Amino acid sequence: MTTLVERGERRARPSRSLRSHRTRWAFVFLAPSLVLFGLTVFYPMARALQYSLYHWPLGSAKKFVGLDNYRRLLVDDGDFRQSVVVTLYFTVLSVLPTILVALFIAVLLNDARLRLRGLFRTIYFVPVVTSLVAVGYVWRALLEPSFGLVNTALGWVGISGPGWLASPDWALEGIVLMTVWRDLGFYMVIFLAGLQAIPREILDAARIDGAGPWRRFRHVTLPLLNPSIMLAGVIGVINGLQLFTQVYVMTGSAQQLPGGPLSSTRSVVIYIVEQTFRPLEMGYGSAAAFLLFVLIMIVTLIQFRLVQRRFEY
Amino acid sequence: MHATTRTVDVSKYLLLTVGALTMLTPLIWMVLASFKTLPEILAFPPTLLPEQVNLDNYHAVFETADFVRYFFNSVVIAAISVVSVLLTSSMAGYAFAKFSFPGRDALFVVVLATLMIPFQVRVIPLYVLASDLSLLNTYAGMVLPTLVDAFGIFLMRQYMMSIPSELIESARVDGAGELRIFVSIVLPLAKPALSALTIFTLVMSWESFLWPLLVASTPDMYTLPLGLAQFAGRFLNRTDLQMAAATMTVVPLLIVFLLMQKRFIEGMATTGMK
Repeated sequence: MTTLVERGERRARPSRSLRSHRTRWAFVFLAPSLVLFGLTVFYPMARALQYSLYHWPLGSAKKFVGLDNYRRLLVDDGDFRQSVVVTLYFTVLSVLPTILVALFIAVLLNDARLRLRGLFRTIYFVPVVTSLVAVGYVWRALLEPSFGLVNTALGWVGISGPGWLASPDWALEGIVLMTVWRDLGFYMVIFLAGLQAIPREILDAARIDGAGPWRRFRHVTLPLLNPSIMLAGVIGVINGLQLFTQVYVMTGSAQQLPGGPLSSTRSVVIYIVEQTFRPLEMGYGSAAAFLLFVLIMIVTLIQFRLVQRRFEY
Repeated sequence: MHATTRTVDVSKYLLLTVGALTMLTPLIWMVLASFKTLPEILAFPPTLLPEQVNLDNYHAVFETADFVRYFFNSVVIAAISVVSVLLTSSMAGYAFAKFSFPGRDALFVVVLATLMIPFQVRVIPLYVLASDLSLLNTYAGMVLPTLVDAFGIFLMRQYMMSIPSELIESARVDGAGELRIFVSIVLPLAKPALSALTIFTLVMSWESFLWPLLVASTPDMYTLPLGLAQFAGRFLNRTDLQMAAATMTVVPLLIVFLLMQKRFIEGMATTGMK
């Protein structure tokens, strides 16, 4: 009896030696992560901040320039500003349709009576596990203006398709099309998980109260799905602002830097890589990367605000 | 009432089927084009099936680029990255979930905050670091940024919170050492989270492009996506060869996915929080 009480007390308030024993073990378990975080996250972050204040062609001496890199990026550099516009435009243009279509398909699939439900879910998800580089080249061929499948299919319904990747006005839209296709399944899965967490009883209660399918969706399902939609939006925006691989694959060639035609698809990350690794100038690109970081934080914060307000009920 | 339900059902199936076919078309086109000759691919109106299934494109790809080597490199890099992330995440997640020590919550917030840092901010110093340590164009350099994952730590911590502390305490009372408790009690109970994290890390590693592009400089270090990009860049107008190479790049992960799709989809849904 006394031992039991003692053990209970011990658990509630461990002795000092036991506490330091536990703390030691906690840090044993944490050590590998902390060492690697230090080496691959915190040290590079500190260095990036430092580099951004220097003019530093790799291999020669660093020269301290203060905030000059930032000033040039924000004031003088029209190319950087354009890359920000391209990136924001791409993000809005790809995230909104992806979320809308994914939500639509998830609602259609969220029906226990539906036959072949598993098969549909698998098919819509398949593009998510395909290599982005590989499908980039596939879409490059599909979007070819004269023989490509996309314009051929548009021709069947009487639309004369645009020049897509060959046209400065349509290249980014072509990349958007491919991105929507590839990411759809991922968001669909997030929404399906959210839909399945909605209790049947709530929807049944709304039905008994006389709410039709649209009103049930609008006033019951949608507000309850709010966390999933916000999650999808934040993931989509963070990914969208880091646009790189699609542009590199779909617009680059041996003769031509990626980002064309006429810089119409040059995203911020493409610009950072171009400014850093071609002349091997570490300072300017680091400053641009920090501005991208700030942009991502601002947009994500705005999003948390907006979405919280829109679906309050 | 019945009639409308049926029309609704029919239009639902119709929509889903048309959508599913649209989703599959690019991939089917890729596979079929990989067996076609270049004039067949460029033909107007487009043809569906190749005139004859020939493997010439695949032969040509293997003759000019070592895709077996790229595949091998991708596997090695993914394996190192998965093992390291599972190990570091489960250990750190366990410490955050089941130990109390001074500064725990502050440290956890710091780890979580790193999730907001885009890779591009770290990439330039990481490149300089890899260059200083002579890790450019080596496996060690290729895996360097993927050895630890804040999201993995978060996922494991959340999952391990649900493991009853009594289990761990009673093992301690029975005299089990801390390492043994972790290996034989905590890890087996955390299997679902470990499997989700495995899938997520595998996909991330298989897909990674920017970092290998900067670090790998000779073909013997290329990964599949990088090897494909270099190959396709060289044969920019040879859609036939590109599609054979693209098919070879897509198929391995696709097979893994089809073999364990339920786990894959559930794993991606849980890890969707990233």
